[in-house]
Amino acid sequence: MTRKLHHFHGGLHLEFHKSMSMAAAVERAPLPKELVLPLHQHIGEPAEPVVAVGDTVLKGQRIARATDYVSAPVHASTSGRVVAIEERPVPHPSGLSAPCIVIESDGEDRWCERRPVADYRKLDPSALRNRIRDAGIVGMGGAGFPSHIKLNPAQDHAIETLILNGAECEPYITCDARLMQERPREIIDGLKIMRHALHARQCLIGIEDNKPEAIAALREALTAEESTFIEICVIPTIYPAGGEKQLIKVLTGREIPRNSLPASMGIVCHNVGTAAAVYRAIVHGEPLVSRFVTVTGEACEQPRNLEVAIGTPVATLLDAAACRREAMAELILGGPMMGFQLPGEDVPVVKTSNCILALPQDHRRNGQPVMPCIRCGACADVCPACLLPQQLYWYSHARDMDRVQDHYLFDCIECGCCAYVCPSHIPLVHYFRFAKTEIWAREREKKKADLARRRHEFRLERLEREKREKEERQRRKKELLKQKQAGKDGEEDAKKAAIEAAMQRVRARREEQHAAAKNAAEPGAETPSTVETGRKQEEHGE
Amino acid sequence: MTQGFHQHSSPHLPVKASVRRVMLMVMAAMIPGAAAMIHYFGAGVLVNMLLAVATGLATEALMLKWRARPLQPFISDGSIVLTALLLALAMPPLVPWWIPVFGMAFATIMGKHLFGGLGYNPFNPAMLGYAMLLIAFPFEMTAWLPPTPGGLYSLAESLRYSFTGVLPDAASIDAVSQATVLDTLRTGIALKQSIEEIRAAHPAIYLGISGFGWAWINGLFLAGGLWLMWRRIIAWQIPLAMLATLAALALIFWLLNEQRYASPLFHLFSGAAMLGAFFIATDPVTASTTPRGRLIYGTGIGILVYVIRTWGGYPDSIAFAVLLMNMTAPTIDYFTQPRVFGEEKS
Repeated sequence: MTRKLHHFHGGLHLEFHKSMSMAAAVERAPLPKELVLPLHQHIGEPAEPVVAVGDTVLKGQRIARATDYVSAPVHASTSGRVVAIEERPVPHPSGLSAPCIVIESDGEDRWCERRPVADYRKLDPSALRNRIRDAGIVGMGGAGFPSHIKLNPAQDHAIETLILNGAECEPYITCDARLMQERPREIIDGLKIMRHALHARQCLIGIEDNKPEAIAALREALTAEESTFIEICVIPTIYPAGGEKQLIKVLTGREIPRNSLPASMGIVCHNVGTAAAVYRAIVHGEPLVSRFVTVTGEACEQPRNLEVAIGTPVATLLDAAACRREAMAELILGGPMMGFQLPGEDVPVVKTSNCILALPQDHRRNGQPVMPCIRCGACADVCPACLLPQQLYWYSHARDMDRVQDHYLFDCIECGCCAYVCPSHIPLVHYFRFAKTEIWAREREKKKADLARRRHEFRLERLEREKREKEERQRRKKELLKQKQAGKDGEEDAKKAAIEAAMQRVRARREEQHAAAKNAAEPGAETPSTVETGRKQEEHGE
Repeated sequence: MTQGFHQHSSPHLPVKASVRRVMLMVMAAMIPGAAAMIHYFGAGVLVNMLLAVATGLATEALMLKWRARPLQPFISDGSIVLTALLLALAMPPLVPWWIPVFGMAFATIMGKHLFGGLGYNPFNPAMLGYAMLLIAFPFEMTAWLPPTPGGLYSLAESLRYSFTGVLPDAASIDAVSQATVLDTLRTGIALKQSIEEIRAAHPAIYLGISGFGWAWINGLFLAGGLWLMWRRIIAWQIPLAMLATLAALALIFWLLNEQRYASPLFHLFSGAAMLGAFFIATDPVTASTTPRGRLIYGTGIGILVYVIRTWGGYPDSIAFAVLLMNMTAPTIDYFTQPRVFGEEKS
C-alpha cells in the first residue's frame, strides 16, 4: 500500500543536525520552583484568570478560562500556590511581556480529579470537542490554533481526509520524532478520537524519511484493523515538507486554494503532538499541562528531548541539557529556519514551544555584510509558495505596498528558504514580515480614516439638516405669526364693528333715553361701563 | 551573556552563498573560453583585461568613496572585475590603451554607479561600455587580428602597441588587422556576394563551421556556461531561449537561401554568441528574473542578434540585443509572475 506522492515547488535540502538530540530517551524535565503560565499561548483571545493570588491549585486545575470561541483555557501544570498574576516576559518575537499566572510549586505535583472518558465512541462529537476545548489543547506544531475548532467540520464541507503531521521538517527539532517513537499508541488513539469527531474517512500520517525509528514504531503499533483507514506515509526529506499546505500537496497532490483553509477541500491537518494531547485529554482526563521539547544546539553538551511542564523557564531546560552559556551566541525558540531569538532565559515554555536551540558563534549570519539584491532568482527557485521574493523585496524595499500585494505577499509562509539561499545575505523574511505589518497598519489607518471621514460627512449632513430644520421651523413660525396677525386684524375689525354697533346702540338708546328723559328722570351710567369692560377684554387678547 | 542578544531575523543557520562566490564562479567558468581567445588572438587580450580590471577597480573605488559607500564589501564582491573581463573579451585584441580604460570608466560610472551601484543598474555595464566604444571609435573597435595559434604578437609587443601604437617591423595596424569572419560575411553579403564567393575570397579566416578559431572559442565558452548551469549559478532559460531562437531563425533563412544566409551552426559558433548567451545575457541584475520572463527575454535577444547580424550595420550584435532587451526586463517580469501556490490554474 504505497501512496503516490507529489512534489511541491522549491524547498531545501538542509543539514538537519537531528541525530544529536535523537539518541537519548525522553525524560521528565526537573520541576522548577516557579512556573510561569502566560494567558495567551494560542491564536485567538487571551484566557481570563479564574484564580486569585494566594489560591492553592492542583495539577490540571483550570486557572484561566477561554473567553471566546477562538480561545483556550490554561491549566496549572503542577500543584502549588498562585503567587502572582502579572506581566512577565513571554516567548514572543517582540520580546515584550504579557500577563501570566505564576505558580509556586509545592513539589508534590498532585493531580486534581481527572475525568476520563470510558469510551469516546459513545460520546457525541460535539461533547468530544467540548472536552478537547476544556483540556486547553491547541496546535502543538507551533501555530497554536485552538484544536477544537479544527475538529469542527463546517456544515457544507464533509471531512474526507484527516492528516497527522509528523514531518518535522525543521533542522535540529526531534520532539515529534521522539514522541512517535516512544508513544505511537497514544498518537494512533488520539488520531482515532479526532477521526471520530470529524467523521473522516481516511487518516494519513506524514513522516519524513529521515525518521526511520519513528516510522517503524508507528507501523508496529498499528493494528491490522486500524491499517484499513490509517496510512503511514513516508515522504522525502525536503524543508518545508511539514508546512501544512506543502504536506497536503505531497500526500494528496492537491493545492489548498489561496486564502482558504484545508477544510474547504475536505482535509484537516493536525500535528502528531496534538493527537497525543487529545488522547491524554479524553482517555486519561488530563488537560494539556506538559509537552515534549527538544533542547539542542552545538552549545549544549547533552542535547536531548524532555517532557516539560508548561511554564518551565528556558534556563531550567538549558541546564538539563548542559548548555555551555559561554559557547552560546544565539538562543532560539523553535527551529533555525522559522524560530525567533529569545530575549533571555527567563521566558517560559508554552504549549507551542517545540525546541530550544542554543547556537554557537559560527552560526551567526549577521557578521556577513548585507549586499544589494542582484536579482539572481535563487530565492524564487526555492520558494515553496512559488513567489518571487526578489520582486517582493524590491517593492517592499521601495515601500510600494500595492506592488507588493500584486506579488502575493500574503501567500508567503515565512519559511526562510529565500533568505537561506540569498547570496546577498538579505534578511528577506524580515522584510516580508515588515511589509505585512506595514500593510496591516495601513489598512487599519485606512479604516480609521474611513470612519473619521464618514463621521465627518455625517456631522456635516447633520449640521446641514439641523440648519434646514431650523429654517423650516422659523419659516413655519413666521407663517403662523402672519396667519395669526391676519386673524387678529380680522377679529379687531369685527370687534371694532361690534363696538361700533354697540356704541350706536348705546347712542340710539341714549337718544331714546334723552328723548324719554326729556319726558322722565335720567336712568344712570350703566352703558359706559359695558364699553370699558369690552376694551379691557381687548387688551387681554393682545 | 543571556540578555541583550543582537536581535535578528530567521533563518539562523550559517551562510553558504555570497555575491563574491557567484562572481568568482562565473569568472572561473570563463577561463577556458578566455584562454582560447588569448591563444588565437595573442597577449593583447590579456593586456586589455589587465587595463580594464585596473580601471574598473580604480573607478569603482573612486565612485564608492564619492558616494560614501563602504569600500571593502563592494570592491571585493567581484562584480566590477567580471564587468571588466567581459568588456575586454568583447573588444579587438590590439587596441590603444585608452580604449579599455575609457570604456571601462564609462561602464563603471555611467553604467553602474550613476544608477546606484551593484544591483541597481538597468543596463549591462560591460555592454554599455562596448556600445559606447563601438559608436565612438568604430575604427579601433573593428580592427581584429587574424586568428593565429599562439598569437601574432608577444606580451611585450602587445603592451608596446597598446601604449605607443608602434608595431614590430614598423607595420601599420591597417595592414595587419582585418575584420572578424562574422563582419567579413556581413560586408560581403551587403556587396551582394554569395557565401561561396566570400569563403573563396577569405580562405585564411573562413575555415570550418564558423571561421578559424572562433568555433573553439565559442565551444569553450559553451562548456563553461554549461558548467555554470549545472552548478545552478545561471538559469537555463536565457541561454537556451537565446541560442534556440538564433538557431531557428538562422535555419529558416538558411533553408530559404543558403548562399545569402549563414548556417545556424555558423551563427551559434561565431562572434560572441556563446559568451553572450551564457555570460552576458545572464547578468542577473539586468536580465529578466522570472522563469517565463527569462524565456521571453532570451528569445528577444536571439531575435535581435539574428536581425542585427543579418541586416544591421555592426560587426556583432550581442551588445545591442542585450541592451535593448534590458529595457524590457522590468515589464516582462511584471507580466510573467509564476502561478502562486494554490492559485487557480488559468
